[in-house]
Amino acid sequence: MMHDTKKLLSCAVLPTSYTLSDIEQGAACCVPIPHIQVENLSVSYHGKSVLEGVSLDINKGCITALIGPSGCGKTSFLSTLNRLTDLIPGCHMQGRIHIDGADVTDPRLDVLALRRKVGMIFQKPNPFPLSIRRNIEMPLREHGLSQRSAIDERVERALRDVGLWEEVRDRLDAPALALSGGQQQRLCIARALALEPSILLMDEPCSALDPIASAVVEELIQRLRNRYTVVIVTHNLAQARRVANYAAFFWMTEHVGKLIEFGRCQSLFDSPSHDLTAAYVTGISG
Amino acid sequence: MLKNPYRLSDLLMTITVWFSAALVVGAFFWLLSDLALHGIAKLNWSCLVSAPENAGRDGGIGPILVSTLLILGVALLMTIPLGLGTAVYLSEYSSGALARSIRMSLDVLAGVPSIVFGLFGNALFCIWLGLGFSILSGGLTLACMMLPIFIRSTEAGLTAVATEWRHGAAALGLTQAAALWHVLLPAAAPAITAGLMLSIGRALAETAALIFTSGYVDRMPDSLSDSGRALSVHIYDLSMNVTGGDQSAYGAALVLIVLLVVINNVAASLADRFLSQRITTS
Repeated sequence: MMHDTKKLLSCAVLPTSYTLSDIEQGAACCVPIPHIQVENLSVSYHGKSVLEGVSLDINKGCITALIGPSGCGKTSFLSTLNRLTDLIPGCHMQGRIHIDGADVTDPRLDVLALRRKVGMIFQKPNPFPLSIRRNIEMPLREHGLSQRSAIDERVERALRDVGLWEEVRDRLDAPALALSGGQQQRLCIARALALEPSILLMDEPCSALDPIASAVVEELIQRLRNRYTVVIVTHNLAQARRVANYAAFFWMTEHVGKLIEFGRCQSLFDSPSHDLTAAYVTGISG
Repeated sequence: MLKNPYRLSDLLMTITVWFSAALVVGAFFWLLSDLALHGIAKLNWSCLVSAPENAGRDGGIGPILVSTLLILGVALLMTIPLGLGTAVYLSEYSSGALARSIRMSLDVLAGVPSIVFGLFGNALFCIWLGLGFSILSGGLTLACMMLPIFIRSTEAGLTAVATEWRHGAAALGLTQAAALWHVLLPAAAPAITAGLMLSIGRALAETAALIFTSGYVDRMPDSLSDSGRALSVHIYDLSMNVTGGDQSAYGAALVLIVLLVVINNVAASLADRFLSQRITTS
């Protein structure tokens, strides 16, 4: 590793922005069809810029990891994709994001429909203070599903998808908050999956969990590949390396977060083209 | 023995804390037992249903109980929907200058002496709106007094609800109304109930504001536009204006305390039924 880093640090001027063709050179581990297209995205809070000039294409059915030190705008980036930034006072975004051809940044966009299609999992598991069943059922009902049998079927399927069904089938009416942290996080994933999204955003989904629960959730994320487009923020580089097909490295320059490098996960870790990336993934800084 | 200085300070602390608590509880029980001793003789079923006679020295408090409950009912009917709406607006919708000025006005209003509310109610409801001395005027005036307390405690309860749930609900594409109805309001139920109890307490104890708005008349009210005497006004009248009325005042005061306890329990169980039971925390 050290050897690689030295070699890289000795490189001359390195490209700072990503272009799609760079990724496609390697053997893609999944079909490179752009699902989310981000062009020149900037985010600011109360006029203070936190993220600037991010452009990248996130491929369908792939797992894309966002890595980088805290405060470099990874979570802000993630929140723009389902317009959760709308909830943050003073937050403003510029640029363009296309998902399935629709412009996410369009103020007239049906945000509720977007969020149904783009699910999100948070750092801290956040099941509602309702029963396990109601946690999944309530959003389904709110989205217009009212037939009892259809709801029950979706609840069971979602819980099976996250491997929680066998653990909770006898106590579906028990409080969700009585579950363990790992189970709560899997319930949150099930709750999102029940709405049949095509994209899942995950903001450090394992960081609040113990190592065993974390491993279970990580394995689950692996199984989401190909069925869903997953964008995951993680501080665990080993995890990013294990689960992701693509990786995006963010770094703060002059107090503003920027996308430094984006590419196939393996090449970003093994042969990064930017010296900052090389330094970060080998643990020298950050 | 007490070589460790921390032990001595701990001991002093323990004694002080216990003493303060005992003092508060003691004062309350003194008041309660005094009321019970003097008032219990006066209490019986017929006293609760019959009309006062001889300026309240004899007879019962039937019409007064009815007026009290009607005034409180009018006040609650105004306070709960208006208060919930304002609290939701303050905590969920606005963080701007309007919200700040609403909060400031509410905090000032919560500290305004009740006599001022009485004069205001008299001017607005009795005279300007032409409602006269009536149960309606009294209830509406009480609502003005209860709203600041109720709104601020409900708002505090809603604000204290974890942001994670708010974001979680939004991320599932739920409408703000659905998030409020299914998650936020039920989770804030304890604070809402507490605010409701404080407001009811303030309303039942109110005398000054009611003298100017719902009036003195101790007949059984026929409608909400009749004047009606509240229990607290009755107690004030018996003890200040009626010689030989002390015994009846004790009885009425005991009824007021019991009424407060009963209404608080009913309010708590209703809030529990309609809000808390929809969520399951542990």
